[in-house]
Amino acid sequence: MLNQLQVAPDPEGPPVEVVFHALADPTRRAMVDRLIAGPASVSELARPLPMSLPAVVQHLQVLERSGLVRSEKVGRVRTCRVDPAALGGAERWIAERRALWEQRLDRLGAYLAETADESEAQGRS
Amino acid sequence: MSTRSTTHATFVLERTYDAGPARVFAAWASLEAKRRWFGPGDEHELDFRVGGSEHLVVNTAAGPRYTFDSRYQDIVPDERIVYSYEMYKDEDRISVSVTTVEMAPVEGGTLLTMTEQGVFLDDLDDPAAREHGTRELLDALGKAIADEAREVA
Repeated sequence: MLNQLQVAPDPEGPPVEVVFHALADPTRRAMVDRLIAGPASVSELARPLPMSLPAVVQHLQVLERSGLVRSEKVGRVRTCRVDPAALGGAERWIAERRALWEQRLDRLGAYLAETADESEAQGRS
Repeated sequence: MSTRSTTHATFVLERTYDAGPARVFAAWASLEAKRRWFGPGDEHELDFRVGGSEHLVVNTAAGPRYTFDSRYQDIVPDERIVYSYEMYKDEDRISVSVTTVEMAPVEGGTLLTMTEQGVFLDDLDDPAAREHGTRELLDALGKAIADEAREVA
């Protein structure tokens, strides 16, 4: 479903699917999480991430297209920041619900895997 | 002052789990199991039967308290759960939703399909509220990521 998304400019701002797509990736969530703490340069963003700088720049581009993150270049340094106006109230509600459910369903998978181990362990004992 | 408005939205999420429908269903059916994956709540009560209710309160670091009050409308063991819920931000009702969870046996496990249909009420769409709300979303996201990291560690 996600790979069918069209990332096209929208006069009314980015559709929620684009924002959601931007947040569906753990690396991009980590980048946004870092930017909540305050603006950062691209190299500061890249430092904790186990990937090349071009890969980080690609993720940054997805975040910028979503409107969640803005960046500006001053001299040689590109500084990134979270754009709080990226989401309207309703879009925020949907994005929040979806993001929350993505996390929950991931945790449900982890829980099922854990309890499978538990019942297996019990079966062996 | 809030502006009266309604916005309708639907989204669908799918996951395939390496477990039979009975185990997936059981993860929703008791508070003990559900607490282990559903997410952090400062209060969580569950009465899992048709007509039964679920109550979840989440206090956020940013200040607001979110309350979810659900009512189970339809339960078919190992197949389907339908519930409606209202979501409150402090004292304000901000949304009313219907959530449908369907479990179907597939090769290698269970296909879970979750459909949420909701109406978002009274958008407080001024820049301050937006900034505040976005920060909450990002805070929630940050917390979820931290929780995830802690679980992995």
